[in-house]
Amino acid sequence: MNHPAIDHSRQDPPKIPFEPLIERNAAISEPTWVRWSLIFVALLFLTLFLLLPLVSVFTEALRNGLGPYFAAIVEHDAIASIKLTLIAAAIAVPLNLLLGVSAAWAITKFEFRGKSLLISLIDLPFSISPVISGLVYVLLFGANSYLGPILKGWGIEILFAVPGIVLATVFVTFPFVARELIPLMQEQGTGDEEAALSLGANGWQTFWYVTLPNIKWGLLYGVLLCNARAMGEFGAVSVVSGHIRGLTETMPLHVEVLYNEYNFVAAFAVSTLLALLALVTLALKTILEIRYGEQLSASRKH
Amino acid sequence: MDVTINNIRKDFGQFPALHDVSLSVGTGELIALLGPSGSGKTTLLRLIAGLEQPTEGRIFFGGEDASHKSVQERHVGFVFQHYALFRHMTVADNIAFGLKVRPRATRPPANEIKTRVADLLDMVQLTGLEKRYPAQLSGGQRQRVALARAMAIEPSVLLLDEPFGALDAKVRKDLRRWLREFHDRTGHTTFFVTHDQDEALELADRVVVMSQGKVEQIGTADDVYDRPNSPFVFSFIGESSHVPVTLKAGEILFQGESIGLSEQGGDCDGTLFFRPQDVVLTDHSNALSGKVTASRRLAGTRIAEIDISGSGEAHHIEIEVPLEATVVVGGDLSFRPTSWKIFRDAA
Repeated sequence: MNHPAIDHSRQDPPKIPFEPLIERNAAISEPTWVRWSLIFVALLFLTLFLLLPLVSVFTEALRNGLGPYFAAIVEHDAIASIKLTLIAAAIAVPLNLLLGVSAAWAITKFEFRGKSLLISLIDLPFSISPVISGLVYVLLFGANSYLGPILKGWGIEILFAVPGIVLATVFVTFPFVARELIPLMQEQGTGDEEAALSLGANGWQTFWYVTLPNIKWGLLYGVLLCNARAMGEFGAVSVVSGHIRGLTETMPLHVEVLYNEYNFVAAFAVSTLLALLALVTLALKTILEIRYGEQLSASRKH
Repeated sequence: MDVTINNIRKDFGQFPALHDVSLSVGTGELIALLGPSGSGKTTLLRLIAGLEQPTEGRIFFGGEDASHKSVQERHVGFVFQHYALFRHMTVADNIAFGLKVRPRATRPPANEIKTRVADLLDMVQLTGLEKRYPAQLSGGQRQRVALARAMAIEPSVLLLDEPFGALDAKVRKDLRRWLREFHDRTGHTTFFVTHDQDEALELADRVVVMSQGKVEQIGTADDVYDRPNSPFVFSFIGESSHVPVTLKAGEILFQGESIGLSEQGGDCDGTLFFRPQDVVLTDHSNALSGKVTASRRLAGTRIAEIDISGSGEAHHIEIEVPLEATVVVGGDLSFRPTSWKIFRDAA
């Protein structure tokens, strides 16, 4: 028998017309001019409200050259304000790291009454004005309060002193770490911890070897935001500070005082330090989000 | 180690998850906890592990009261449904975890841990993968790493929560056989939770059938399939049909008519259960009969769907008919169960 040769050309797949790499979907793409106008508006807005202020901070600071710029930064009161800012952050950030991790741990790994109330309380510093937060401490520790005179009798000054500034900073920056960790730990559940316990690990080992590695990037992210806010906080700190130059002024307060004295170069010079802090924070935050995005919590509101 | 569970009750708030569960398991037995979701089987497993505390009742491990012991003290090997492998640790570190966290006095030296890990990897046939991370493993491999990790602490009891739940059908079958061999080799008392009856019947020495927080029946695959002791077990295990009947003077009546079956005992109402394959076609009038509403050919058999309602409410049941029998959709068919069970209604 003579089999007919199989005609392969007939089995060729139908020719697919050339597809552009990016397909234009008529339902979601706008005419070209609309897209360009939207991009233009967005860029204009960014330039006006973000880029220009940043540039002007640096140009104002360097208006009289590098000499006055550095003189303003190394001036005695400026150095004191930088020190105080660093002290406040150095106490507030580790403290809130501990408190935030404990709060997130308690909320996500245990069931108890009043859990939702606790979650709302953690958010409280975000939802009230920082000025009110400061005023609370004035009411608590002021001259007419109950606690203030007692502590003063023991030689402890809270208000218009470093402890007050630290307390206000701690209060205002409390939610950052907890807020970052709670959704993350809720998503991860308690499976890994139960596995560690069933293998004989105690609570501390479970936290150290299992929980902490699972949350480390989210934790770092929260600490970063917490630190940025701790160093930049103005309202609450301003109320409790008393504005004693060289003693109870943080950098943001120092900037305000200099500005009110029409010492623009010095005010902007100190501002550049805060601006740089913001830029470094932004850069680190972006790196974290790009590299460890899926290990950070999904809901990032602050 | 043998495990005895005495009258365990567990409430979650107002919700009773388990009530009055008792169970006695001998050393080296492979036990399946089988039931639909919400039947309390996973809760029972977690109670045995010590991951939950019972509201009432006691659990004994080898004669010793373990009811109030912590998870760590119970020394059980628990394999979680989604394995719960530590994602930041390698396979070797995962398996070694239970040994490394021991207090210095009882912790084996580092080189001994290393050989133990190698032995365990060999036992679960994963030698060569010790440097991998869980994310780089297939589902079946992760499952076996989780098993090796649980075995590393030389557990008294092995507990597996839906061990094959997250795997595809082919891997499930292979792993099922493998687990049976593994159990026979290591001889651990093992409990596993499943909602798949094939898995339970094929794998387990005894099956604990659970429903709504209660144990319905405990027995071998033959017991629960051939001698189900409750309507739930009869309809949950395997295919079955049921018909409401009345018993009168030793005769079984359906809609007042005899169907040619007899049963001892007093007059009452009840439900007749039988398997689709346990029927014989008959042209006798003294039988169940109705109109064929559908007929389906399965591999080796034919299934006929019959509406036996007569004048009453529609009642469809399925029976297996011989391939050579003529089944006409719309035609009449009479049959009689050859093997059946009646569950009497509570008076």
